[in-house]
Amino acid sequence: MRRYGPAFWAQLSFTLLVCALLVVPVVLSMAAGLTVNYFVGIRSGLTLRWVAEVWALYADTIRLSLGIAVACLACTLVLGVPAAYVLARAKGPVARAIEELLVMPVAVPGLATALALIVTYGGAGDFRRSWLFILVGHVLFTLPFMVRAVLAVMTSIDLKTLEEGAASLGASFVQRFFQVVVPNCASGILAGSLMVFTLSVGEFNLTWLLHTPLTKTLPVGLADSYASMRIEIGSAYTLVFFLMIIPSLILLQLLGRRGRR
Amino acid sequence: MSGSFHLDGVPIRLEGCARTYDGGVRALEPLDLSIAGGETVVFLGPSGCGKTTTLRLIAGLESPDPGGRVWFGDDDVTRLPIERRNVGMVFQSYALFPNMSVADNVAYGLRVRGVATAERRRRAGEMLELMRIGDLAGRRIDQLSGGQRQRVALARALVVRPRVLLLDEPLTALDAKLRDSLRLEIDRLLRTLGVTAVYVTHDQAEAMALGDRIVVMARGRVAQVGTPREIYYRPADAFVAEFVGTMNRLHGQAADGMLALGGAALPWAGPAGPAEVLVRPEDVALADADAHLRGSVAAAVFLGDRTRVVVETACGHTLTVDAAGRAAVARGDTVGLRLDPARFLSL
Amino acid sequence: MHRRDPFTLALLIAPAAVVFGAFFLLPLAELFVIGGSGPQGWAAYASVVTNPRHLQSLVSTVTLSAGVTAATLAISTVSGLFLVRNRFPGRALLLAMLTFPLAFPGVVVGFMVIMLAGRQGLIGEATHALTGGRVVFAYSMAGLFLGYIYFSIPRVILTVMAAAEKLDPQLEEAARSLGARPWQVVAHVVLPALKPAFLSAGAICFATAMGAFGTAFTLATRINVLPMVIYTEFTLQANIAMAAALSFVLGLVTWAALALARSFAGSTVAAAG
Repeated sequence: MRRYGPAFWAQLSFTLLVCALLVVPVVLSMAAGLTVNYFVGIRSGLTLRWVAEVWALYADTIRLSLGIAVACLACTLVLGVPAAYVLARAKGPVARAIEELLVMPVAVPGLATALALIVTYGGAGDFRRSWLFILVGHVLFTLPFMVRAVLAVMTSIDLKTLEEGAASLGASFVQRFFQVVVPNCASGILAGSLMVFTLSVGEFNLTWLLHTPLTKTLPVGLADSYASMRIEIGSAYTLVFFLMIIPSLILLQLLGRRGRR
Repeated sequence: MSGSFHLDGVPIRLEGCARTYDGGVRALEPLDLSIAGGETVVFLGPSGCGKTTTLRLIAGLESPDPGGRVWFGDDDVTRLPIERRNVGMVFQSYALFPNMSVADNVAYGLRVRGVATAERRRRAGEMLELMRIGDLAGRRIDQLSGGQRQRVALARALVVRPRVLLLDEPLTALDAKLRDSLRLEIDRLLRTLGVTAVYVTHDQAEAMALGDRIVVMARGRVAQVGTPREIYYRPADAFVAEFVGTMNRLHGQAADGMLALGGAALPWAGPAGPAEVLVRPEDVALADADAHLRGSVAAAVFLGDRTRVVVETACGHTLTVDAAGRAAVARGDTVGLRLDPARFLSL
Repeated sequence: MHRRDPFTLALLIAPAAVVFGAFFLLPLAELFVIGGSGPQGWAAYASVVTNPRHLQSLVSTVTLSAGVTAATLAISTVSGLFLVRNRFPGRALLLAMLTFPLAFPGVVVGFMVIMLAGRQGLIGEATHALTGGRVVFAYSMAGLFLGYIYFSIPRVILTVMAAAEKLDPQLEEAARSLGARPWQVVAHVVLPALKPAFLSAGAICFATAMGAFGTAFTLATRINVLPMVIYTEFTLQANIAMAAALSFVLGLVTWAALALARSFAGSTVAAAG
């Protein structure tokens, strides 16, 4: 191994500092959620009391968030994978314009999208009051991530020739799509799915305006607990949230590393 | 390779098949062509000449402009998409499915035809054996070499017992040595299978070696259709003459049954007046005493089995001549050339 | 392929197009109309510049977002290039930690800022122990600045690293063979080659900071940034038309920032939330 110069150590220190900025508060909040009294510090002892209290107070927000995330994933798969396929296959200005449009909900602030949904469909009482209203917002916001992840893989393989190969062997369009196209885009579909799930579970910008007292999601509950509960409960709630998204974040990282190799 | 596997080759007929792309670009002028059952026809030409378009029309990957017809035997298949034409196709990039093993790739055509699992496993195995890659059945595609991929692609195309075998530049992606050995193997396979085969290439050596007949194409048109010998020794036009092999073109003056060429006079059967003579490099010999032309060597390239010599003659011609490998010729030497009128070609 | 293909393709994209049209394009159009239907009429759209309070919040939002973008790009470039150009034990772990907060929502990021710089935060405790005074800046523009940097670093680092990994190492070797010192290689070869990545990552960073709401909401409702103004107009003042007009303008600004960057960068600027 070669020797490291001063420039190396300077850059390493800087990077470690940045890393600390990102990681230390996460660790602090996790610790706070398990500490008897955060103001006193860790010497006041460890407890699961706050986590239990979070469960008692907010269990239905956790359930609702999980349900919406799964439903959102199903919707983005059904809508997004075929859409990505079309965008990969079709060339020309129309396809590019559609691609541009589909990505817009990410560029446009969630607040604007949510307001737009409310002024348009807010009068439809049952729909406005149901969790489907939130689902619509989540699907809009996450669909671009699914489309882009799948499209990235589709454009990196020679999709057209693979399909022609399958067709020359007698495969119909449906057979080609499910036996050749989808399996060869599996990594993109998986990455997109993990991203969609994670984003949906954590979505706040849209959801804060779309939710009703009966359709509170996890991040809505989080904001509520930060504003009105003691810091240990907010922390414990954050801890629960981390536990929910960490598996998919880790999988995403592994997937990204394999893809880079 | 085994003789037990035999396919019934169906004749192919193209009638008035043209292809115009969006934007009005004519990739193929109206083409009429008949291919006999069991025949191997090679489409040869530079890129953009329409050979691949023709192959894709036969395959059913593209449709001819209105009015064009594609027949497989007595079936008009013009309106059938490729998946219903029962063809076997080998792609330039092989188009093997990365999500399937070698065996699954080969069995795929049987799978979409609803053949039972055990049966398709057996037939795929047989085909892999026929291609001498039975030991690769469980491999992933990215674990194969180029030559192995080629064999898998062939096995996959053949296992469905296609009516027509289509090969789109199948050897282009391989290195020279492998290309030669696989070419021999494909040749043997095509002879023994009896399948009607259409082969597209830009490599004239491949075309000569494999084709019962060669279709030379240029700019969307057929320049010549014929056996390899016909194409080589009786080129239909200047393009074919130049594209297939190397050709020398000499200009002389004919009168009284003799052709004046430089300082020499050769017997001549053609009409009097200015005449153009075509002659292949191997039909010109280096000579001393009885030379017709003299010139100096501009380049001499030793190729092992022969030495290719470029001679600039005193009369202003530049000739490419194939001499024996051992011929000791160097740049700057003065050499004599002997011509044989019996070997002159004409358009 | 065959000529009936366009039909199949249209059929496949139809569901996405219908959902998208009904729940995004139509509502946006409705939002635009509502924005012009208040007591001020279409003049509401000009209020971002004519109303001093709105103008002030627009200016501070743009300033904040530009500052966040510049700081994040600088930080991420130093760390990203360092990670691409060096191999050392623990590198993979470091990289994982740096990109881990990728999908944290704004509210959680706000809470992270409170953990660091809030009333019971780490910085407050540390300064209290050292000087007796307590430094608390979470509930202000500075806290928002920290939060947005926190939020943006993972994404920008990933973009910078992906671009740096694609650089042809022979370019650097060529520069060195011509006598360039390491800093000259970076300044003359590496950074210029990364310009498209900077543009795209910077645009995403800027657009996200412009439209972010959760972090500001968690830290303090009094921070004067445009999303908070919109929220206040909507909920507290029930001025739906003004909220609609302002959010439409905000959407236009962020979308334009991304579109502009894309046309300059030439490549695909992937927007992100």
